[in-house]
Amino acid sequence: MSTPDFRNVSPLAAPPTRDAATANGALDGKTPQGPLAGAWDRYRAEVQLINPANKRKYQVIVVGSGLAGGAAAATLSELGYQVSCFCYQDSPRRAHSIAAQGGINAAKNYQNDGDSIFRLFYDTIKGGDFRSREANVYRLAQVSRDIIDQCVAQGVPFAREYGGQLANRSFGGAQVSRTFYARGQTGQQLLLGAYSALSKQIATGGVKMFSHCEMQDLIVIDGHAKGIVTRDLFTGEIQTHMAHAVVLATGGYGNVFYLSTNARGCNVTATWRAHRRGAFFANPCYTQIHPTCIPVGGDYQSKLTLMSESLRNDGRVWAPAKKGDKRAPQDIPESERDYYLERKYPSYGNLAPRDISSRAAKEACDDGRGVGDHGLGVYLDFADSIKRLGEPLIRERYGNLFDMYEKITGENAYQRPMRIFPAVHYTMGGLWVDYNLMSNLPGLHVIGEANFSDHGANRLGASALMQGLADGYFVLPYTIGVYLASEGGKKLPKADHPEAAAVREASTGRLQKMLAINGKRTPGEFHRELGLLMWDKCGMARNRDGLQHALQRIPQLREEFWQNLRVPGEAGNLNHALDHANRVSDYLEFAETMCFDALHREESCGGHFREEYQTEDGEAMRDDDNYAYVAAWEHKGADAQPYLHKEPLEFKEVHLAVRSYK
Amino acid sequence: MNLTLKVWRQKDSKSPGRIETYAAKNIPESASFLEMLDIVNEDIMHAGGEPIMFESDCREGICGTCSMVINGYAHGGQRGTTVCQLHMRHFKDGDELTIEPWRAAAFPVVRDLVVNRSGLDRIIQSGGYVSVRTGSAVDGNALPVPKKNSDLAMDAAQCIGCGACVAACKNGSAMLFLSAKVGHLGLLPQGQPERHRRVLNMVRQHDQEGFGNCTNQYECEAVCPKEISSTFITRLNRDYAVASARELLGAV
Repeated sequence: MSTPDFRNVSPLAAPPTRDAATANGALDGKTPQGPLAGAWDRYRAEVQLINPANKRKYQVIVVGSGLAGGAAAATLSELGYQVSCFCYQDSPRRAHSIAAQGGINAAKNYQNDGDSIFRLFYDTIKGGDFRSREANVYRLAQVSRDIIDQCVAQGVPFAREYGGQLANRSFGGAQVSRTFYARGQTGQQLLLGAYSALSKQIATGGVKMFSHCEMQDLIVIDGHAKGIVTRDLFTGEIQTHMAHAVVLATGGYGNVFYLSTNARGCNVTATWRAHRRGAFFANPCYTQIHPTCIPVGGDYQSKLTLMSESLRNDGRVWAPAKKGDKRAPQDIPESERDYYLERKYPSYGNLAPRDISSRAAKEACDDGRGVGDHGLGVYLDFADSIKRLGEPLIRERYGNLFDMYEKITGENAYQRPMRIFPAVHYTMGGLWVDYNLMSNLPGLHVIGEANFSDHGANRLGASALMQGLADGYFVLPYTIGVYLASEGGKKLPKADHPEAAAVREASTGRLQKMLAINGKRTPGEFHRELGLLMWDKCGMARNRDGLQHALQRIPQLREEFWQNLRVPGEAGNLNHALDHANRVSDYLEFAETMCFDALHREESCGGHFREEYQTEDGEAMRDDDNYAYVAAWEHKGADAQPYLHKEPLEFKEVHLAVRSYK
Repeated sequence: MNLTLKVWRQKDSKSPGRIETYAAKNIPESASFLEMLDIVNEDIMHAGGEPIMFESDCREGICGTCSMVINGYAHGGQRGTTVCQLHMRHFKDGDELTIEPWRAAAFPVVRDLVVNRSGLDRIIQSGGYVSVRTGSAVDGNALPVPKKNSDLAMDAAQCIGCGACVAACKNGSAMLFLSAKVGHLGLLPQGQPERHRRVLNMVRQHDQEGFGNCTNQYECEAVCPKEISSTFITRLNRDYAVASARELLGAV
């Protein structure tokens, strides 16, 4: 492959407010120079500090209270910054990180099985199909160890061995056991840890918490992010909040598909409105389809439920070998089952990475070998493990997941295999950030799933929790100082600044406009139609014709939305239909940029599978010569095509290789 | 199936509320209870009305957002189940269902079935944590925890903070919620330094928020979607007694 010949490596303490887009058009990730090992340590040794007395003078807004936002708000407050934290849920403890089941990776090597920072780094880069930034991923692997220590100290009840030591399990895409877990509720326990740290800081007055408050827009003054406009979802009150720096920790955009494993309220509004104000949106086409979810039941369905990837430790995935085999699973003899992951990927077997496992399931179903009423499902079978380990041990490991499965489907998975099918789960794309986790808009920092930085084109299991907490506890609290110590520390504009007032006005006007349409279709109907279109044309597999069709249809749907929407009630009260309409209006714009990105990337990599670019045996075919870059889109208006900026990806420590799990 | 719903409607915290009747038509058995309400809400909106406001988010039983009383049972009466995980196959065609918000003095109604549960957050803020600064922790394995304690702590830590325990309690008490946090941290070595101060502060905050006292009715345990045991309330009482005695002696 050819290495991109331009790369703007900046000195560490370079003025952070310099426009990230440099003269030759390439985006500068501001990664430290020199070898990766030690780069973060050198950065921390050299980064500008702010003395404790001065930290008190800085206001920081954190939007979102999940693993990234909750951890960041708590830690920034401990450091002395004046923090305001916002979440749309009625309590910060309900952020969607809470639903993560399986675990969190850390390069502790407690199992003595050969794990190391480098190995976690390499697995993550390879898992991301060589589309992430080396320096960020290395830092992530490095701080992963501190996260476990921090969470244990907070009282997170991780699973233990009989000797009292921490237990580990395996996850997809790795050949070591490095995943820490708390039954099937790891996300819940880590989030409650962050929530407890946040609560401690709220009690001291260091964090002002605004629950049930949703960000409506970003206030940009003289090119810097200086505040946000919010709406109190209980009272409808619109408020303006100013700060020296704004941190978005608002999660992913999976709900653009309507059906996903995300919570109902998860939305793209905060990142999309920031994008409309100038922040670049990077790699929006990288979406993760999780292989093990409960299949869709009917058109009334409101969400999809994940069955943790950890189940693949002890479950074997199979489909009938014969097409249209409608026999009950127990009646299909061993010889007529196709354990397709074990067959196709013998060295990783049932623990093949998510994108690969999902596509393999789709392949089996497209081939007419799917199970269940709609033929959209494959089996995840625990019979062998139950025989080998006994039901009590399986119950101890996964009891809550089996219970959840039974509640939804009415089937007992101890007795018959689970039916599973891929579903939208996570989005690797997000707002573009540099090594400081700052977007191209000075002052606007983006952490957790909301940024694009660490997972490339595919995220490995148990790495989302790791990234959220890494960003929140251990990275942003250092890197935000770079901005605040320089230009960011200048005087804080007042809430009645004309720019702030204009943004507030626009937010109010937008809501009033939606209420005034008084058409015939509900927000849910528009959302569902958009979701089906996106799943069909920009889902697990994409092609040129489909994407072009979607690019024609989305603007039509958006136009119809603004002419035929029905939202009852008023803006000055709790109004869920209005909240939903507001979010759907952003999906209707965002979806188009997502399709532009998927159309322009004429290669297959990770979660982005373009049907035109595959090998003979159906594996993704990357094009490193032409696409080894981050695609960062600049907003050019609601009905104009976005402008593409590129950040070349250079690999110093790993060799670009075909990603094989065979 | 077809059902009749009697639903609490209340425009805002100041207006009086009332029960209104709706027909839920053609509901599939495999739909969840909240999906049934989604269908009813779409019908209401098409007919020009305002949908029934109810809270939900993850819809998989872990975020603790959904909260309603169905025919007198918080979360609908299925053991270990939040209302978002409750499916219509548990109901019969022709059933009449009464749907109310959590009713407790400490949970004022915001609108319809939505209540304000911020009192629970303030109980946690009064001491439901281990005071450890980011970056100051020792290696995770330097702090061994017996598996038995760790497992029991996890049983308590599973609390999703939904408030069903409060809604089910005739005293509107949040003791099960409070005891789950006190039990979780009290079982771990990390929680010991602040153990006594924590329990005193949290109980005081609980009372100040207007939650009632526990009179051992165990309704809370019966409706808890995470099946948290009332034995944690026993632990809480023990901890509280010890901490109060130590406080008298000036040893907290």
